[in-house]
Amino acid sequence: MKIDRRSFLSLGVGVAAGTALSPLPWKLTDDLSIWTQNWPWTPVPEIGESSFVNSVCTLCPGGCGISVRKVEDRGVKIEGMKGHPVNQGGICALGLSGLQLLYGPTRIKTPLKRVGKRGDGQWAKISWDEAISEITEKLDGLRTSGNSHTVAGIAGSRHGTVSQLFSRFLTAFGSPNFFHTPSIADTYQLALQHMNGVSAAPGFDLENADFILSFGCGLLEGWGSPVRMFKANTGWKKAKARVIQIESRLSRTAAKSDRWIAIIPGSEAALALGVAHVLIKEMLYNKDFVDNYANGFESFVTDNGEIKKGFKQTVLEEYSPETVSRVTGIDPSAIILLAREFANAKAPLALCGKGQGKVPGSLNEAMSVHALNALVGSINRKGGVFPIPAMEVQGWAEVGMDTITSAGMNQPRIDGTPPNSLGYINQLPSAILSGKGYPLNVLFVLESNPLYTMADSKTVKDAFDKIPFVVSLSSFMDETAQYADIVMPNHIYLERLEDAPTPMGYNKSIISLSKPVFKPRLNTKHAGDTLILLAKGLGGGVAEAFPWKNFEACFEQAMGDKMKTLKKNGFWVDSDAVLPDWESTFNTPSGKFQFAPVEFSPGFAPIKIEGDSTFQLLLIPYETMRLSCGYIANPPFLTKTVEDTILKQNDCFIEINPKTAQSNQLSEGDVVVLQTPRGQARVRVHLEEGIMPDMVALPRGLGHTAHDGYIANKGINVNHLIGPVQDPVSGMDAAWGIRAKLSKA
Amino acid sequence: MSEIDDKTQAVSEKAVSSTQGQGREDGGSGGVIILFFIVGLVASLVVGWVLFPKLLYSQKKQPIDFNHTLHNTLVGNGCESCHSFREDGSYSGVPKLAQCIECHEEVQSSNPEEIRFVEQYVKKGIEVPWLVYARQPDCVFFSHAAHVKAAKMDCATCHGPIGESESMKPYQQNRITGYSRDIWGENIGGFKKNTWDRMKMDDCSECHQKKKVVVGSVQTQKEGCFVCHK
Repeated sequence: MKIDRRSFLSLGVGVAAGTALSPLPWKLTDDLSIWTQNWPWTPVPEIGESSFVNSVCTLCPGGCGISVRKVEDRGVKIEGMKGHPVNQGGICALGLSGLQLLYGPTRIKTPLKRVGKRGDGQWAKISWDEAISEITEKLDGLRTSGNSHTVAGIAGSRHGTVSQLFSRFLTAFGSPNFFHTPSIADTYQLALQHMNGVSAAPGFDLENADFILSFGCGLLEGWGSPVRMFKANTGWKKAKARVIQIESRLSRTAAKSDRWIAIIPGSEAALALGVAHVLIKEMLYNKDFVDNYANGFESFVTDNGEIKKGFKQTVLEEYSPETVSRVTGIDPSAIILLAREFANAKAPLALCGKGQGKVPGSLNEAMSVHALNALVGSINRKGGVFPIPAMEVQGWAEVGMDTITSAGMNQPRIDGTPPNSLGYINQLPSAILSGKGYPLNVLFVLESNPLYTMADSKTVKDAFDKIPFVVSLSSFMDETAQYADIVMPNHIYLERLEDAPTPMGYNKSIISLSKPVFKPRLNTKHAGDTLILLAKGLGGGVAEAFPWKNFEACFEQAMGDKMKTLKKNGFWVDSDAVLPDWESTFNTPSGKFQFAPVEFSPGFAPIKIEGDSTFQLLLIPYETMRLSCGYIANPPFLTKTVEDTILKQNDCFIEINPKTAQSNQLSEGDVVVLQTPRGQARVRVHLEEGIMPDMVALPRGLGHTAHDGYIANKGINVNHLIGPVQDPVSGMDAAWGIRAKLSKA
Repeated sequence: MSEIDDKTQAVSEKAVSSTQGQGREDGGSGGVIILFFIVGLVASLVVGWVLFPKLLYSQKKQPIDFNHTLHNTLVGNGCESCHSFREDGSYSGVPKLAQCIECHEEVQSSNPEEIRFVEQYVKKGIEVPWLVYARQPDCVFFSHAAHVKAAKMDCATCHGPIGESESMKPYQQNRITGYSRDIWGENIGGFKKNTWDRMKMDDCSECHQKKKVVVGSVQTQKEGCFVCHK
């Protein structure tokens, strides 16, 4: 008997046969396949009871109802709320990604106090009591020394209970310096104030309009309430309504419109008046409205005895299609055709506010566009524009004015605007830096990120450097929070009780209820409660103006009898509001619509943008639904949707016309330095036929320096390159671009 | 003959003789070869059938030794008394502590397991980390409502007579997949006698084919993979 090689071969064969006859290989294969389909490291929601909680999304001012799907206490999905009047069950990509903001790493976990140099990101964790007492001590010192007016506050919005509570805090403390993040809504409010005589926001009956003349509005890019706009657009397609987009760049809106008219940017008001010229000349306007319910159409004599040119005369004399054509670059015949179509439509509607309407823009432009609606009678009419009165909080008692409060409130606003005006934040940095007025000692920032969103970031930062004490109430470690001295983190939108007021452009008064879908995950506090605690800490008259035990009590009082409906339906809508008729609706001195308010001369006053002739190109910022460019920064899911012709790894792309590229000897993907009078940046080139030659377009929403690794240091913040330009009429920011040049990197 | 030729012949003779020699020893080593084959076969069969399952599964004890029989006699609605459907039609599976507390807020008996349950979980308000024998992998979508409510199937058809058990068997967890042994079945070879012995895809389809139940996906109205693998 000899054991040799063949014996072992035989053993091997035996093992192979035995293994094949055993379940081992088949079971292992099966287990491995199950393992590969259920990677243990893939996050899977826990198993449990699922539920839906209705609330409202406040990531943008759109005010969409949301339905949050939870499994036990974990949020797994945010959907649009079915039956919500604004979004009708729809939701945008940012709204969908909201849970990443809830669970993401940039949330501020606890109150923080700066220990290192400002902006270095070195913080000490402090308790809420420490934070409150440190701030109240500082505020108390200012108040007793008669410097209460040197405190200012910037809120994300001027509407809603929390913002109004914030404003009330400043008032009770004795500071007139409440600021908000401005938008086209402010310009529209001024236009309505002067032309309709009402203090109201515009409400557009978009769903019933059949001819939409959009002066650069990003109807599908986040203008107004984004999801409502998508739904309206679907409705227009079904009803064969026509959309005319007037814009210098082929945006999504332009691409989906029935006609895209490329215009030299900044000349939109001239086009509106050119259209008005044709309407008047060809007698296409609504004679009933103009003759019976409007004033200032014909020339008139003012109270001072001066003859003031009416709208008609100005427009007929100065805005013939030929003249307008020279300014706008649009063929006269196209202007005439546009005017005829506009007049012949059943429910024509003209809109303005470039892109998402982030920049308030030219008041002349808003008034010219509003005048177009008036000419065709699309005011307070189905498919037209309505005034939506601002909803003031009713239930709160007046703020008592002690001597310090009234002394403070009698001080001029730091931005130089009259008291009780909307306040122009664009003038704040220069006011601080000029040193002409009083210095600012404390700045509160709530739900806004001025260091990122305000034009000319460098100057804004310089202005911040002059403010010795900055308090951020942000939920996220954003650019402004990073530059603060104390951070008192707010609950995130899914964790807090508040109201979402009527979104921009919505044609009914509506309040939606944001309720805590989740228990607060971190050591944060509702900004409303923080303000109440600060007021109580200050004592005296300030505490008296904040008698509530917590924000919930304050909120319920503010909502009054609407609270029941809000709790039941999740929203309250002013369904009883009757359409105001032309007879009783205008609250101007004449009781009629004002074509030519005495304070203004109608016409096109071009906004002179910055830069001399050494800058041969024009830089315009643009907005997209895939980049959140306000207080909220892009969550990772949303950034995933950004095309690689906009952002590739950390490089962002400018759009230029192939002709411009050719004359600058550039080709697709080239790295260039984009230079403006305000700054310069390294970008890459994307050739795009859809942008006018000699222009450069850069998206808003990139170039964050704070937040998390998913969005920080990606691309360029257009606000580094662009400065504010004051509208000569309203004083608000009207910068629609800046001159620029390109050089090879 | 040259010298080279001599050498060639010598080599070939040697080769022949060596072949013959091997042929002679064949009778002895054939047995060894068969023996080795059998040893290999038997050893690998033992590894595959006996050792492998022992290595593949880890054994865990349930946190509380629950007595199904006892509870079954006390409740009025059979399995559904505790393993209920939620209002939205979804199946709640293993009851939550809140459900147990309805009866067990205080200790009801002298059973040491119940005392431990009340002390460790009820009083402290901690959910019991039950180990679920019949948990399907995450890639499987299974609707209890469709089977129990619509098709009026018995719980036991898939889960067996667990309602008659007096003690909880150890939970065997597959070390590779992390899922319970009950899915593959107790028999490592995959053989089964009862409908509840295995809960693999083939077992689902076996019953569906027998009963000629072909239902499309609710979302796509199509049959096939996406009915269960969504």
